[in-house]
Amino acid sequence: MADAPSSIPVVSAHNLVKRFGEFTAVDGIDVEVRPGEAFGFLGPNGAGKSSTMRMIGCVSPVTSGELRIFGMDPATHGRQIRSRIGVVPQTDQLDMELSVEENLIIYGRYFDLPRRLCRERAAELLEFVQLSDRATSKVEPLSGGMKRRVTIARALINDPELLLLDEPTTGLDPQARHVLWDRLYRLKQRGVTLVLTTHYMDEAEQLCDRLVVMDQGRIAAEGSPRELIQRHSTREVLELRYVPGQNELQAERLQGLGDRVEVLPDRVLVYADDGEAALREVHNRDAMPESSLVRRSSLEDVFLALTGRTLND
Amino acid sequence: MHADLHPQADTVTTINRSVGGLLRIIPASLWPTELLRVRRPQRMVERSAMVYRRSWMVLLSGFVEPFVYLMSVRIGFAALIGDLNFDGQVIGYAEFVAPALMAAAAMNGAIFDSTANVYYKLVHARLYDSVLATPMGVADVALGEISWAMLRGALYSTAFVVVMWALGLTSSLWIVLAVPICVLIGFAFASLGMAVTTFLRSWSDFDYIPAVQVPLLLFSATFFPVSQYGSWAWAVQISPLYHGVVLVRMAAFNQWSWSAIGHIAVLLGIAMIGLGITSRRLRALLLK
Repeated sequence: MADAPSSIPVVSAHNLVKRFGEFTAVDGIDVEVRPGEAFGFLGPNGAGKSSTMRMIGCVSPVTSGELRIFGMDPATHGRQIRSRIGVVPQTDQLDMELSVEENLIIYGRYFDLPRRLCRERAAELLEFVQLSDRATSKVEPLSGGMKRRVTIARALINDPELLLLDEPTTGLDPQARHVLWDRLYRLKQRGVTLVLTTHYMDEAEQLCDRLVVMDQGRIAAEGSPRELIQRHSTREVLELRYVPGQNELQAERLQGLGDRVEVLPDRVLVYADDGEAALREVHNRDAMPESSLVRRSSLEDVFLALTGRTLND
Repeated sequence: MHADLHPQADTVTTINRSVGGLLRIIPASLWPTELLRVRRPQRMVERSAMVYRRSWMVLLSGFVEPFVYLMSVRIGFAALIGDLNFDGQVIGYAEFVAPALMAAAAMNGAIFDSTANVYYKLVHARLYDSVLATPMGVADVALGEISWAMLRGALYSTAFVVVMWALGLTSSLWIVLAVPICVLIGFAFASLGMAVTTFLRSWSDFDYIPAVQVPLLLFSATFFPVSQYGSWAWAVQISPLYHGVVLVRMAAFNQWSWSAIGHIAVLLGIAMIGLGITSRRLRALLLK
């Protein structure tokens, strides 16, 4: 091959479609993930993120379009591709009949690794996810965050070049999320390509070099978190809370303020590069809110601008 | 030694005809083509061994069945029911029933391992989802799980043979062949059981399984010779267990006939079809 192996995209999709009967889950997306990158699919539930991940993981056949992982076609080289990736599914699916350590060892055996290597790697990985002391424990009594870490350790048993993480921190408490993010960051440092889905803005901003915003099976925008914010939102956002039921009424007085005014059920957002200046103008217009907050724009705002909806609807 | 005294001399031709017919009837979708993709089914066996290494007591419980079955026959039936004429041989009732019970035990074990156990792993533990994310394929999962059921069956069948021998229920050394025969019975029923399991929608659907299993136990020439069925004797052949019972009896009485090939073919055929359906169904359920 003319290309050096490292220049082959880890994942490349062209006009990728997934249909379940009449329902179109993924509606013609184009994606390219480069080696060593942390790439995110951001979107609400039902946006088609998990369907995309399952196709990349070679456990869901492509309906139409082209998908290549490490330059190979999942339809013909599923086994070869799967042997080089690690998968952290949305629900942990750990083997409840086995101990933590055995979960990792048998998983390595599914990859046909020698037993001794499986045992060595299991010990290393449990150390990496800070669970060495729970090696012989059953899976059931572990906390949600611990189970998640076991699942990540298990996904790493074959030393994968690509790690797929579907909603890695959904359902975890803030502290457990930070521990997990730290581990994922370290993996990235080691050169593992990460592809993850999330509906958390902060997660996408923390972990992803580049991401696509997905909505209803399509890609609404693509770029780095910072690029997306610059392109689709203002520098700052002024959040105003009024007495319930007053939002629409008050919003009329805010017409023309900043770049854009969004009325949400629970608050009114004013997009402006200078949030404090916008707040002074709100006072001038006699539209005093119950409370107000000036913050920097986030991916949440990007999503709102692109789709007219909030992410956690 | 013994002449071929099988009551139905035309069994071979009947079975050959039915197998030939079967081959033509089976639609292409039932052919076990997925089996060509089998690579590492032994990994599923390895996993089961890992699970039972810790709970080996559960494995031991399986040995209770042969003891209980055979003791009840030895103590109860044998005294109550006199000798009977089987294929021209006068034998005690206990000797007649014991091989059939062995075949039935192989069936029961295989059905249990491939239905409730598999359903739990398929639907609740979502075990196979995580296995299929690795280079393992659906055929590896199907054949691997069925192999475990067969191995477990081999263990219990061996115990059965030992007990039969110890209780004087067989005098033929050929009875050792009953172990591979029971493994084959296990293969057929585990494949069938796992295939059926992939269609079950909830635990309540399991109530249908005994509705099939109990008639098979009762009407497979298990407790009385096939001659007792009169003009309904042909119907007995529909029962897959019947073919297993005949084979185990052949081993127990060292009365072989060419029809053995037909019986083996039926059991193997069922196993293959079951495996094929199981693999396809796992693909449809888990790789959508």
